[in-house]
Amino acid sequence: MSEGLVRAAHDVLIVGGGAAGLRAAIAIAETNPRLDVAVVSKVYPMRSHTVSAEGGAAGVIADDDTLDEHIYDTISGSDWLGDQDAIEAFVHEAPRELLQLEHWGCPWSRQPDGHIAVRAFGGMKKKRTWFAADKTGFHMLHSLFQTTLKYDAVTRYDEVFVTRLLVDDGRVHGVVAIGLFTGKIQAVTAKAVILCTGGCGKVFPFTTNANINTGDGMSLAYRAGAPLKDMEFVQYHPTGLPFTGILMTEAARAEGGWLLNKDGYRYLQDYDLGKPSPTPELRSMELGPRDRLSQAFVHEVEKGRTSDSPWGPIVHLDLRHLGAELIDAKLPFVRELCLKYERIDPVHELIPVRPVVHYMMGGVHTDIDGATPLEGLYAAGETACVSINGANRLGSNSLPECLVFGARAGRAAAEFASTAGPAPAVVEAQAADEVRRLERDLLAAEPGAERTSTIRQEMQATMEDAAGIYRTGPALTKGLDRLRELQDRVGRVGIADTSRSFNTELLAALELANMLDIGECILQSGLQREESRGAHQRTDFPGRDDERFLSHQLAYRNADGTVRVESLPVTITRWPPGERIYGR
Amino acid sequence: MADSIRLEVTRYRPEGDSGPEVQEYDVPLRKEWTVLDGLNHVKDEVDTTLAFRWSCRMGICGSCGMNVDGEPKLTCATFLSDYAPGPVRVEPLANFPIVRDLVVDLYDFMEKLPRVKPWIIRDDDLTVIDGEYLQTPEELDAYKQFSMCINCMLCYAACPVYGLDPEFIGPAAIALAERYDLDSRDRGARERLDVLIEHEGVWGCTFVGECTRVCPKHVDPAGAIQRYKLKAAKENVMAFLLPRGAR
Repeated sequence: MSEGLVRAAHDVLIVGGGAAGLRAAIAIAETNPRLDVAVVSKVYPMRSHTVSAEGGAAGVIADDDTLDEHIYDTISGSDWLGDQDAIEAFVHEAPRELLQLEHWGCPWSRQPDGHIAVRAFGGMKKKRTWFAADKTGFHMLHSLFQTTLKYDAVTRYDEVFVTRLLVDDGRVHGVVAIGLFTGKIQAVTAKAVILCTGGCGKVFPFTTNANINTGDGMSLAYRAGAPLKDMEFVQYHPTGLPFTGILMTEAARAEGGWLLNKDGYRYLQDYDLGKPSPTPELRSMELGPRDRLSQAFVHEVEKGRTSDSPWGPIVHLDLRHLGAELIDAKLPFVRELCLKYERIDPVHELIPVRPVVHYMMGGVHTDIDGATPLEGLYAAGETACVSINGANRLGSNSLPECLVFGARAGRAAAEFASTAGPAPAVVEAQAADEVRRLERDLLAAEPGAERTSTIRQEMQATMEDAAGIYRTGPALTKGLDRLRELQDRVGRVGIADTSRSFNTELLAALELANMLDIGECILQSGLQREESRGAHQRTDFPGRDDERFLSHQLAYRNADGTVRVESLPVTITRWPPGERIYGR
Repeated sequence: MADSIRLEVTRYRPEGDSGPEVQEYDVPLRKEWTVLDGLNHVKDEVDTTLAFRWSCRMGICGSCGMNVDGEPKLTCATFLSDYAPGPVRVEPLANFPIVRDLVVDLYDFMEKLPRVKPWIIRDDDLTVIDGEYLQTPEELDAYKQFSMCINCMLCYAACPVYGLDPEFIGPAAIALAERYDLDSRDRGARERLDVLIEHEGVWGCTFVGECTRVCPKHVDPAGAIQRYKLKAAKENVMAFLLPRGAR
């Protein structure tokens, strides 16, 4: 290949350095130490959004718990859309992965005798959520990152943004990426690529997600021809701070917090979630699943029982009865965040909260080993959809999902890379094309009439209108029309920043293009799912329709850029579809 | 409260001939806005070319450290209203090379961090089948504070020693070494001391304590450095008295 265009060749290249990506990297290094692993991330790995996860990670360890109960909770939580073979594998492997993290130094909270402590969590019938106070994701990420430092086989490309997958005849051979430091655009080839770029909450205006959660890996896969699965399922977390969208962890309710409407009434009792009791009851009331709690909020708004804030209607999270000692021991970050960003102390005051976009159940379609339909391409973590989360993820299942499927994808990619040949010469032309696209269409273009931030704001407003907690066919159709207009306009965005060094304006434009693709997939998939299931609630189709829709939806990109949705059966092993029952 | 506040922001392009310059921007002064919100207002509405890092906007990812009125701060956790009526100086973190505008080069820290071996070291690695290493809440408390480091680099920006001697391994790396030393599961203290006992290890520190003062997560790197100095001094005495094999 020509000098300079291909920077390096690796055996396995991982895009993203959060929990899934780093777990995959270690799995590869341990599976076959001769393999050369690269982790390419647009931020330093310890900045990845895993860092913001608070409440905990589920894995059966308590004496009174069983694997089957965790499996059933996850399946019923998913509204029977999760694949039961994947859920079984996940639940079996989660405790082992969490123990592995313990051996790698994760400071899990402990019982007095030194064993792992577990807490309750929403939708879980037993206490099985491991936690490191309420900074679980932070501690997991730093433990993983620091552990990767001891593996010489792992090469990091920090602050390098992948713009395209190199694909030849359905086989992935690497990436083209731009180094933010210098602006240099180069190809990095690999025998296998694993996408671990997290979610895409920034498609919406109000989200717990970080600035970096722009769905890059989903978009890379989608443009390369891999389908995105179950994209209509967007999780609204019931408790975000009103202005910032900062997450108030579900652990606050697991430790005994209450949700109150403006009359101080625990309103969840009116929504078939059980009866209030002074102490938390599992799978009941405040420990119901997130989809049902967020939907209850909307009904409270309709009944006029919420309070007003400058940022719309709110309810309150009440922790006052828990006392300072418990809050400081189990929920110190909640207190820190409230003091800092709301200037209130939850020991004495009510916390204003409202539902906030938190997590994508959907993602790149993979099998149980993280393999996508494109040969050599794998995905894991929130980027991927295996699917264990179906129509609604249970809190504390996503962190172990990153570990279990990060490790599985790592092992599968390692095995594939051990026998695969080097990239064919043809990918060099693709790399050259991509360099031209970035150089000519973006960097060298005259500053255009459109601005990235304006289109991004319009996209976010469109998504909230069309794909909120409740949806309708006409609103989804209108949203799709609007996104196609924005797709046209995004072509007229120019980059005013002419520096090659740390050109965040270029980065934002590339991220916006990724998000517009994903937004279309969410809306098109939502339009075609004419039923209500889990987090996808259609007021024009209010019931679950197993006859027509007990199936995944795969969104493919057509040649003209539009979305084509196909269906795929759900895997049922031992748990036939039933009613989701909480609090009774 | 006035309805706007002036930011005096450092601008720098490596392609230019000149060094860093200051550009002024007036941004809305709202009580819930952080310095980062002000910068994002500039980026979205005023000047798309301004470059800075940020991500979580909740004080945990460690990306958005800058010097605000001369003091290293997480800009997502620093409120504009605390600087009213302004102006507010927003500069890249001190003691690091500037890459562009408010973005500094962290290469030095990323290279130093692995040197202190910030991972669990043991000879007798249990397999996960054997279960967890027991650790009581008291044993957890022994190192917990040092495990809260978010690698935001405010302590390096505040450290006068690091400013003068870039070879100094620095506060966060030493705090993380201590985090593992104090972890009841770890057996690597000896290996880490071998690194930190070197000249550029802990000895550079003159105990100014700025690192601990500016830490947004209440980690005490200065305390960690003092403990290592004691350990190292003791080690030197032992080295004088006993051959290495007997230690």
